[in-house]
Formats: sequence, structure tokens, C-alpha cells
Amino acid sequence: MAEKVFAIPNVQTPSVPVRIDPAKCIGCNTCVEVCQIDVFIPNPEKGKPPIILHPEECWYCGCCATDCPTPGAMAFNWPLPLKPRWRNKETGEVHQLT
Amino acid sequence: MGTWHEYLKTNGNPPEWPYPIKFGEETELEADVCILGGGIAGCWAAISAARTGAKVILMEKADVRRSGAGGPGCDHWCNVPGNPCSRVDPDTWAIEEMKAGGDFSNGIGIQIQCREDWDTLQEMEQMGGKIRDDKDEFLGVEGRDEKTKLMFSPRYSAGAGLGLPKGYGEPNFNPPEKRNNMVIRIWGSTFKPALKKECKRLGVTILDRVMATSLLNENGKQGARIVGATGLNTRTGEFVIVKAKAVIISAGGSGNAWFMDMEHGGYSSMYSRNNSSDGTAMAWRAGARVTMMEASSPYRIATGLKHKWYTGGGDASYENIPMVDSNGKILPYATQGWADGGAMFSDGPKMRAGIQSGEYELPFYADFAGIDPKEANATWNLMLNEESTTKIMVKTMTEGGFDYKRDQIMNYNMMEFQGSQQYREPGRGGLMVAWDLKTNLDGLYAAGTATFQPGDHSYAAATGRYAGRKAAAYAKSIDAGKVCRDQIDAEKERVLAPTKRDGGIEWKELHNGLCRVMQYYVGEFKSERTLDLALEEIERIEKYAVPQLYALDPHKLMRSLEDLSLIEHAKIMIRAMKERKLSNPKLSLSRVDYPNNDEEEMKYYLALRQEDGKPVFERIPLRYWGNMKEQYEAHNPDYTGVYKPEA
Ligand SMILES: Cc1cc2nc3c(=O)[nH]c(=O)nc-3n(C[C@H](O)[C@H](O)[C@H](O)COP(=O)(O)OP(=O)(O)OC[C@H]3O[C@@H](n4cnc5c(N)ncnc54)[C@H](O)[C@@H]3O)c2cc1C
Ligand code: SF4
Ligand code: SF4
Repeated sequence: MAEKVFAIPNVQTPSVPVRIDPAKCIGCNTCVEVCQIDVFIPNPEKGKPPIILHPEECWYCGCCATDCPTPGAMAFNWPLPLKPRWRNKETGEVHQLT
Repeated sequence: MGTWHEYLKTNGNPPEWPYPIKFGEETELEADVCILGGGIAGCWAAISAARTGAKVILMEKADVRRSGAGGPGCDHWCNVPGNPCSRVDPDTWAIEEMKAGGDFSNGIGIQIQCREDWDTLQEMEQMGGKIRDDKDEFLGVEGRDEKTKLMFSPRYSAGAGLGLPKGYGEPNFNPPEKRNNMVIRIWGSTFKPALKKECKRLGVTILDRVMATSLLNENGKQGARIVGATGLNTRTGEFVIVKAKAVIISAGGSGNAWFMDMEHGGYSSMYSRNNSSDGTAMAWRAGARVTMMEASSPYRIATGLKHKWYTGGGDASYENIPMVDSNGKILPYATQGWADGGAMFSDGPKMRAGIQSGEYELPFYADFAGIDPKEANATWNLMLNEESTTKIMVKTMTEGGFDYKRDQIMNYNMMEFQGSQQYREPGRGGLMVAWDLKTNLDGLYAAGTATFQPGDHSYAAATGRYAGRKAAAYAKSIDAGKVCRDQIDAEKERVLAPTKRDGGIEWKELHNGLCRVMQYYVGEFKSERTLDLALEEIERIEKYAVPQLYALDPHKLMRSLEDLSLIEHAKIMIRAMKERKLSNPKLSLSRVDYPNNDEEEMKYYLALRQEDGKPVFERIPLRYWGNMKEQYEAHNPDYTGVYKPEA
């Protein structure tokens, strides 16, 4: 059977300012508390990863990812127009964060 | 994983609002000193007031642990002439710094900073903030003092101000034995959590996620003594009333009334959305005097049109790192390093002409790989790793493979150029203060960015610490004043009004409507006609749009109230711009109908306040604070220096 499709408004941008790995996240909600914008809300189910509710208000301070106590649980994700670029001085090869 | 949409898909319904909704309910609290805004200035104010024994309430819109512009960190503790390696006496430096800041500096704040921010920094260390290279990670880096292990920055090393210092380009410019040693590189990401911990240890009542909405005047009369404040819990919607003998406004900077696009919201301004002029707006409504409101300038950094600062924004202080073109040619761009005395001055026109003639080929790069790796390491792993929102840049780029020893960061400054003149930022206006950092209203104090012509992180810390002890002393000297229930009820109604509507205009649309007015009529070309049109249009917004403003939950209500603050703030700015009939870059003001300067008028600050709901303009002479050294000493005979923790 086809997956259920909801009628929902457009997704705000940035779509995903941070990525949470549900296998690693312990649902401690440290990120919810430190975020000065309240981008997140706690998951109604205790111990589960928080929900990203207001991604469009994120100011890319990174506090959620740097203060997360669980290695690998949260990765900061620069929005597409903000992904930094650099080049290797020797080879001239240009890299960009993906 | 983790988005709202994924939740919907998995669960078949959106999550319920996770906090209890308490619209209409209220809590009442009492304190000697109530502080509005728990950023850098607010935390320091709370700590210093509490250390005198005062009962303190700290109201913060976010969570004190990481809130405010300085929440994520800070890498420069500026203007610290009291430090043991300084080569300039604090009072002399204060005067130099004031002069470097131009005629409209805030001499009171600068003097306090220069006298007290070394003491403040030592207290920061007592609380657990890291201020020196005690683990010898940066041995041999230029500016590191071997004895104290303090790490000096090149900034201000050859003279006050951020322009090119005197003697630049001459032989033996800025030698180590002559440097001022005026700015210390610090591990600022350790500061905010330590400040919160100390507030808790001292028994400060911290009201996290409570947005201050208004000041309470004695008997509800505008202009009367301040006797408390009101707030809104941004998660539950509960209304909070605080009765206090003294109130300190430390709610940070003015928000962004020119910049549209609430998608990618944090991309659009230097400061987070939380700093939205609430402090200025509520002080204005209470009858407090503000000044420098006529100043606005084109966006420089972290604009929505431009790249976020540091990830190549290009105005970034990549200290000591030369900027090169695609072929490795060094550009006339400030290194902000020892080579140019820490200047932030670059030759934009020359680079522009060079791009057009083919002399400099785009894109440009910050040449981390081109300097001594020890220095590049200090810039990358100390300076940038600690400077606020750059910590996450260092982390993500390092994980993504960037190596400061091998690579160069692409710089976008000359690809984006300056933001359009129509997209402007305020920033110099704020509360007018006297020597005790007291405003014109009894019981009301201000610190940090909330004051006019504010400084930086250490300015916020030192002025906060100072305002805290002054407000506490005032509170000790006076009985509690009488709040007025009518004033509270009127405010409660104003605050909750958007929750009583089911539809209409949401905050984002209101915000963008205001921004259009500011871009069209309060942009580069200002005249009596355009400024009048701006006021008329804002009046229409207030008449037709504001009564339709609706908010579905406490978070959206907070954002809605911020936009109301921005509207108030915009009106104050426009009135000030109308009143100043001149053009002068010192005020960041240009009027098409008054293109000339007015020297007489430029001798004064233009101050504004409300009396019986009507704006009153006053002209206050420049340097109204008198002799900075003498006045500071006269007002602080009992200053006790660095805090001595109990055994
Ligand atoms: C990216 C970046 C890098 C910087 N780097 C440096 C540096 O290296 N060195 C330096 O000296 N300076 C630096 N600064 C500037 C420095 O951070 C600020 O000068 C300093 O934080 C100002 O302190 P403040 O207390 O006045 O304001 P903030 O620290 O911004 O605090 C204001 C607080 O008020 C709160 N607030 C706002 N409205 C309300 C309300 N209605 N009710 C309750 N609370 C409210 C806010 O949430 C916030 O916590 C940097 C700033 C940024 C953004
Ligand atoms: S980066 Fe900052 S604003 Fe964005 S979600 Fe994380 S803590 Fe919140
Ligand atoms: S802080 Fe880390 S572990 Fe804790 S809830 Fe957030 S992502 Fe999960």
C-alpha cells in the first residue's frame, strides 16, 4: 500500500539545521535547553530525540551540537547557501562541506 | 531524523504543545533588584548585586546558559588596560578609546570598562572561565606572555581604534616591546555556563524562558520611579509580575527592522532574533530617555544577503591571516594582526578596481597555510574556536577535512560586496545613562548593549557588574514602591491580545510589512517627506494590521511581541531622524533635504523620552559626563576591586 501523504504547508528553510541520530541520542534534552531560539521541543515520548519545530529561526550558533553530551548524537548541518568552501594551497583543489 | 514532518509521518498527528498552556494565569515575585536580560551584562549584574546581599531576580527570554550574543563564546576581551602586561594607564587609554570612537562615544561606559574589566576578568577566572594558556597549548605564539600565560591579541596593539594605526608601513612598526597589550584572547565559550553556575550558587532566582514585556512605574505614571517589571513565559504563556526596588535593563541590542525574510532567520542578522529592541521599547514606554536613535548604517556583517560571518563572510577577524587572490597575490586587506597593529581597515576601492582591471582574480582566500603554523593554530583553535558562533565552524570544517596548515578559506567579501544601502542596521542607540549607569528614571539602570553607543563583551561584563552593585546600593536605600494594578492589567491585555484571535496576520508578515516601510522610506535617501510617509505607514500598520495579529502558542506570541517592540523602536528612530536636520557620517545619518552638516547641532546628543504619551526632545552636550577619571573616582570611593570568595 502507498505511504500515507498528508496535506501540509511548505517546509521552512533551512530544512534541517541539525541532524539527530536516533540510535545515539539519549533524549536528555540538553539541546532543547541551550538553544536560545527554542528551535526544538522535547519529544512527547521520554528518552526519544527532540523534535525540530522552528528550524527557520535558527541563528547557527551551534550551541546545541557543541553542548550535546552524547558523541555523534547531533551533527550541525549548514544550510546549502551557507556551506563553507576552502582550497588546498598546493593543489588548488576546492572543497565544500557537504 | 528529528523534524516535525517526520514526527507527523510516523505518528499520524502533530506533537501536542509540550508545555502546559497558562495564558491568563499569573505569578507574582518580589526582589530588591530585577534584571531584564541574562546575557553577558545581565549575568554580571546579577552576580555583583547578589554579592552585596541583595535579593535578585534574573529574567531571561532564553536559557541563561547560552543566551545572548556572547552565549556561544567570545575570543577577545577588549580594552583591558588594567592587566599586568599593559603599557598604558587605564585613564589614559579610556580617553584614547573615547576619541577613537568619535564624538558620540559613551565615555562613562568606556571609563568603567577600562578601570574595571581586568578585575572582572579575574573574577571570571575565579568562577571557572578559562582566561590563560595554563596547559601550554600555545607555547611560542606571538603575544603569549610567558609569566602570566595570558595570550595578547594584536588588536589595538599599536593604538586605539580599528583603523590603520599611526606609523603603519614605517620601519620597525609595532615592535613587541612597544605594544599596548590591550586585548586578551580568552576561551569565551567557557564563560556563560560558569556565569549561570555562579548566579545559582549565589541564590539568584533565574527565570529562564521569561520575556520581559514592560516596566512598572510607581502608581502607573509614565516617568515615575520604576518599581518592577512584567514578563511572559515563552513556553507556557504565563504572565509574570516582579515587584522590585531597582530594575536593570540588559536586554541586549536592537533588532532588525530593515531585514525581511523570516526563513533562514538567523542568517539575516548578526544577532539572534531574541535581541529585538524589547529593552528600548519598554524603557521608552515607561518614560526613560534614549539617545543616538538617529544612527543607522548599511549592514556590514552576517547579513542575509551575505554569507554568515566567518564561514567566509570576509569581514572576519582571521587574525594574522593574509588575504590572497586566486593566484596567491596578497590583497590590500587588513590582516588584523601584528603586521597592521590589529587594524580592521581594508582598501575596498583598491580591491574593487583591481578586480575590474584583472590585477586581482576572484575568488579570494584567507591564507591559513601561508603563515607560521603555530600562529595559524592559535587563530583557528583558540581565536575562532572561542569566538561565539565560530566554534561550530571550526568543528564542522575540521571534521569535513579542512586543515589550517594546508588550506585556505574562501572569502566572499568582494563577491558579495557591501549589503545594499537600503538594508540597514541600527545599533548605536540606547538608554542614556549617568555615572551610576542610572537612567533618568529613579530605580532604572542599564548595562551592556542596552546603553547608547555600547562596546563589546568586556564592556557588557564590566558595565553589568557595575550596574549591579549600584542598583543594589540604591535598593538598600529605599522602601519598595507601589505598583499599579491598572498598569499591570493594561499590559496583560496588550501581551495576550494576539492569543485571543484565531486568524489574521502572523508575526512574520507583520515583521516584513515593517521592514518594507524601513527599506523604502528610511533607507539611504531620507527626507522629511519619506520619514513622514514612514510614520504614516507605521500608523496604518498599527491601526489595521496590529489588531489582527494572532499567535497560536506562547512561542509565536513571543515573536509577535518582539515585532511590536520593533515597531516602537522604528518609530523612535524615525522621530529622531526627523529631528536631526543634517547629514553627518559621525552620526551615520544622511538626509537628502539637509545634505550639510550643522556644527552647532553636532555638539549635542539628541535625547528623546515620552511625557504624557508625547515625545520630548532634549539636547545634551557631548561629554556631558565631565572629567572621566575624576568623575569615576568621585562616584566610586568605596570600590573594593576583585571579589574575595568566602573561605
Ligand atoms: C558572532 C559574534 C561574535 C562576537 N565576538 C566578540 C568578541 O570576540 N569579543 C567581544 O568583545 N565581543 C564580541 N561580540 C559581541 C558581544 O557578544 C556582545 O557585545 C555582548 O554579548 C553584549 O552583551 P549584552 O549583555 O549587552 O547582550 P547579550 O549578551 O546579547 O544579552 C542580551 C540578553 O537579553 C536577552 N533578552 C532580550 N530581550 C529580552 C526580553 N524582552 N526579556 C528577557 N531577556 C531578553 C537575550 O536573550 C540575551 O540573553 C560578538 C558578537 C557576536 C554575535
Ligand atoms: S544552532 Fe543554535 S539556534 Fe540553531 S538549533 Fe542549535 S542551538 Fe538553536
Ligand atoms: S543533547 Fe544530544 S543526546 Fe541530548 S537530546 Fe539533544 S541530541 Fe539527544
